[in-house]
Amino acid sequence: MKIFKTIASFAFAAGVFLSSSVFADTVKIAFIDPLSGPFATTGTGGLAQWKFAVEKLVNEKGGVLGGKKMEIVALDNKMDGKESLVQVQVAIDQGIRFIAQGNSSGIANAITDMVKKHNKRNPDKRVIFINYSAVDPALTNDKCNFWHFRFDANADIKMDVLTDIIADNSAMKKMYLIGQDYSFGKAVAAAAEKYLAQKTSIEIVGNELHPIGKVKDFTPYARKILAAGADGVITGNWGADMVNLGRSLKESGFSGPIYCYYCAGDGITKTFSAAGEGMLNVVHEGAMNPTNPELVAYHKEFKAKYPAADLNQARIMTATMMIAKAIEEAGSADDVVKIAYALEGMEFYNDILKTKVVMREKDHQAIQNVNVSVHTKDIDIDYDNSGYGVKTYATVEMASADSPTTCKMKRP
Amino acid sequence: MDLFVINIIDGLIYGLLLFMLSSGLTLIFSMMGVLNLSHAAFYMLGAYLAYQISVITGFWVGLIVAPILVTILGAGVERYGLRRVHQYGHVPELIFTFGLFFVIEELVQYIWGRSMVNYSSPESLDFIAFSLAGGTIPAYKVFMLLISVGIFVALYYVLARTRIGMIIQAALSYPKTVEALGHNVPLVFMGVFGVGTGLAGLAGVIAGPSLTTFPGMAFLLGSIVFVCVVVGGLGSLSGAFIASLLIGWLQTFAASYNVGAADILIAMGYEFPKDVYYHPWRDLWTLTLPQIGPILPYILLILVLVFKPNGLFGKRET
Amino acid sequence: MTNYSMKNGAISSSVPWIISAVILIILPFIFTGGGSITIMNQIGITIVLAMSYNMLLGQGGMLSFGHAVYMGIGGFVAVHVMNIVENEYLWLPLPLLPLVGGLVGLGFATIIGSFSTRKAGTVFAMISLGIGELIAACCIIITVFFGGEEGISGDRTMAPPTFGIEFITQKEVYFLIAFWVLLSTFCMYLFTQTPVGKMANAVRDNPERAEFVGYSMRWVRYVSFCAAGFFAGIAGALFAINYEILTEQNLNLNMSFQVLLATYIGGVGFFLGPVFGAILFTLLQTVIGLQTDLWALYTGIVFILMVMFLPTGLTGLFAMHLIPLQLGRFGLLIKPYSKIFLPGLVFLLGTIALIELINHVRHHGEEQFMTLFWIEFDTRAFLPWILFSLMTIVGFYLSRIFAREVAEAWGEATYIEGERR
Repeated sequence: MKIFKTIASFAFAAGVFLSSSVFADTVKIAFIDPLSGPFATTGTGGLAQWKFAVEKLVNEKGGVLGGKKMEIVALDNKMDGKESLVQVQVAIDQGIRFIAQGNSSGIANAITDMVKKHNKRNPDKRVIFINYSAVDPALTNDKCNFWHFRFDANADIKMDVLTDIIADNSAMKKMYLIGQDYSFGKAVAAAAEKYLAQKTSIEIVGNELHPIGKVKDFTPYARKILAAGADGVITGNWGADMVNLGRSLKESGFSGPIYCYYCAGDGITKTFSAAGEGMLNVVHEGAMNPTNPELVAYHKEFKAKYPAADLNQARIMTATMMIAKAIEEAGSADDVVKIAYALEGMEFYNDILKTKVVMREKDHQAIQNVNVSVHTKDIDIDYDNSGYGVKTYATVEMASADSPTTCKMKRP
Repeated sequence: MDLFVINIIDGLIYGLLLFMLSSGLTLIFSMMGVLNLSHAAFYMLGAYLAYQISVITGFWVGLIVAPILVTILGAGVERYGLRRVHQYGHVPELIFTFGLFFVIEELVQYIWGRSMVNYSSPESLDFIAFSLAGGTIPAYKVFMLLISVGIFVALYYVLARTRIGMIIQAALSYPKTVEALGHNVPLVFMGVFGVGTGLAGLAGVIAGPSLTTFPGMAFLLGSIVFVCVVVGGLGSLSGAFIASLLIGWLQTFAASYNVGAADILIAMGYEFPKDVYYHPWRDLWTLTLPQIGPILPYILLILVLVFKPNGLFGKRET
Repeated sequence: MTNYSMKNGAISSSVPWIISAVILIILPFIFTGGGSITIMNQIGITIVLAMSYNMLLGQGGMLSFGHAVYMGIGGFVAVHVMNIVENEYLWLPLPLLPLVGGLVGLGFATIIGSFSTRKAGTVFAMISLGIGELIAACCIIITVFFGGEEGISGDRTMAPPTFGIEFITQKEVYFLIAFWVLLSTFCMYLFTQTPVGKMANAVRDNPERAEFVGYSMRWVRYVSFCAAGFFAGIAGALFAINYEILTEQNLNLNMSFQVLLATYIGGVGFFLGPVFGAILFTLLQTVIGLQTDLWALYTGIVFILMVMFLPTGLTGLFAMHLIPLQLGRFGLLIKPYSKIFLPGLVFLLGTIALIELINHVRHHGEEQFMTLFWIEFDTRAFLPWILFSLMTIVGFYLSRIFAREVAEAWGEATYIEGERR
């Protein structure tokens, strides 16, 4: 039976591949995000920031537990749920205890679910899920679990901050909500509805979802937004959906602000360039501009090593340092229960960004300063090497620190 | 009413863009009997090539050179690839063009990277052509419109007034006879495939700045083009024209009007559920026209194929 | 193509099935890592799916761009059933779940097939494309059933234990999947032996003549389509058991495209072709994918080359060699093959190295050093560029020369007296 010989030899080859990267005495973090396919830009950008943070903030300062180095193991999930789960398994098989993922809340949902089941079924091989970017509120509410830690501000927190800023803008009378038709888009819309009604008397003149990644031409949407007389637009769109929406609005004669979650970096800043000046208002953690000497130095070294990537996910620095600190406190890089207990409730001061971060105990949501920034040329640290970047004009300190959560965490 | 007029214009621009793609596709099909599944990949290639040229020399050179390059590439693909596969039969030909789609898409990402590129319209067209109903139509959109109409007129002229056009016309209805007359030379095949893909390339060149040049652009527009040619009737140029405009308007209007299922249900006498997010029929209650807009063409495609497999205007058996 | 499929008649004895079963049982004890078992599980699922796809393309001549739909629907229902079982509204041991998925796939295929199989060729392909797009879009819209973008998840361990097994470990799941792979393969094999299965080939190769025999082409296509839907549904339920989550990505166009790639690379004209295809494709995706971000490019190139030069796929390559083997002239091939092996390998390695090098410099240029085939080198030095270019050129040149010898030897080895080739 030729087939099975082939299976055997291929599987053997696979086994060799899989085991070849096992080295003793480093603390490995499996980075599972798209590194090939149309979403690879975000993934490779994130990978560069992880690698640099680990090198600069941990290894160069002597590592953890008296000299152990930390290492990032990059695994490509091709932005595919099934492939992500395969790669998590591959990571677990290599003895890795930390899984970092961020792109797409859908995939984060799948991973957190798998990690929960895996840890229950294999108490001797438990892992921690470091969610550095997926912001669907459900992950720290209904779907929360002890092993999941979110370092980005979730969609609700960001909207809380955004609506604070919008409330201060007296020119805003009518607001249009538009987003992609999936969990995150819906979460943004629901949060916007709630907070706008709570804090302002702004009228919501449109609230709609469009199919994700399927709209070829956003012109009709732009026309509709103009016809509704909107003064501003709130959107959670990312990628090409964000660019096309913004561009169509500009072309159709819309002159108000667009409040967005993902309209900076990863090629978007460059694509907008002059057209986005003053129009794009992004809500995010980790302010880049105005800057400080430590951040400039860090950024400079980062750019020297990764000229094509951007420092657009400041939370990666925080996450790296907090994990290192938790490992030190736990006194072990393998006992993830101890590490998780060290991580929850941890208060941490990021001396590069000059901000405090608290990993909230009740739902494992990081509480930190959240900023609103505008797309402009007047900056020190740019994105996409375009000369444009985002400049922070408003900051809410320790945003939503006492926001409610539906999380009922079961601890081991 | 004003919104209606402006939607007509937007839909027309989009529909004509679709026609530029579907005309090439239907030409290729009528001559060679093969549905070129890689058509949208050539559209993408056109946009990226034009971007590369525009970086060096500016937009206008790209507008001329990029489609020519795509034409040459398309002809090469026919000569060295498709012609070889032709001998194996019809389904392998389809599979070949399908594989080609993948390879071109990957090659483009290999060369230009995986993030979107900053391919923008020329500065000389960076003004507002006219305003209507509080909205504006940028000059570039008008330019797109003019190019599309120009291509349509030129294509019509070539097909109706020139000798080569006569051959192609005849091939639409009587492919066997044309073959018997000795016209079915490989050169014509190569030429038609080249020109067909070149048209797709041109569509990419002019759509790139407006619809964003990014790795997913071929996949995004890919299947909708098949809908145009199949609904219009495979091999029918006028069918492709009408279907393209129809789908252009269908998508524009579907995205423009927030008619929801809730409105209809309330009109039918049902009561809006109190906590709609936990209602068993929540998906129906919250359904709106823009949400299903992008799938309307596929419903149309299936209906047409089931009830009129030749398409609305096609004469040929597919 | 048809000649070879007849040869599969040799499998009808029970010996190969028993051997396969034994090998399937031994495998997880050789490759013990959780990662390897996960990959083997994935291969098993892909095998069932690709074989069911081959019932359409290989045996019935129907090119479908929406085959993942039947797998996805079967899988979604399987997860829902899993959840119902968990809540104890229904008693169903886990090993029987694939049957549920299969029946759902069958039911759905019965509906869609009733109108889509009226014609083969382009019409069928286009309808399948339309259905694929439609269902994928519904996935996002109808959240009650499909769960939107994040999908629906379940817990396989909550089903009543089967002989004390709760399917907690990957290995236990492996045996479940292996059992169903074997069973499905056997059933699909039996299907090819039925009159309808045999007529499917006839309809593919010569529809008119098949019609004259008295069979309705449409009926034959319809039956094949439904059977393919059934087995795709089984694959979907196996997916549900292995991953415990189903999302839109399981039934979108991309997934359907992957099935087509896998099946075709394996060889569509052969019953066992998709098995090879599924193995190779999964390894390309999962193992080569770990090594290079260009795996999709390589897959595409392999695919295109196969369509152009080896339309019978990987299995076709093996089957071709049956002729010289039976004629007893295989020895003639050994020398030219061993001659071309080294230059061919050099050419292949050189080309891949060049592609990877250019990719590295273009997209990861900030890192001066890169690792390829476990060797680290400086991308800014001249040596690697010259070496790889030389390897490519010399390898290509020598392969060309030896290829002629191979062709000659091949002609000799397969020459049959009195037969026009």
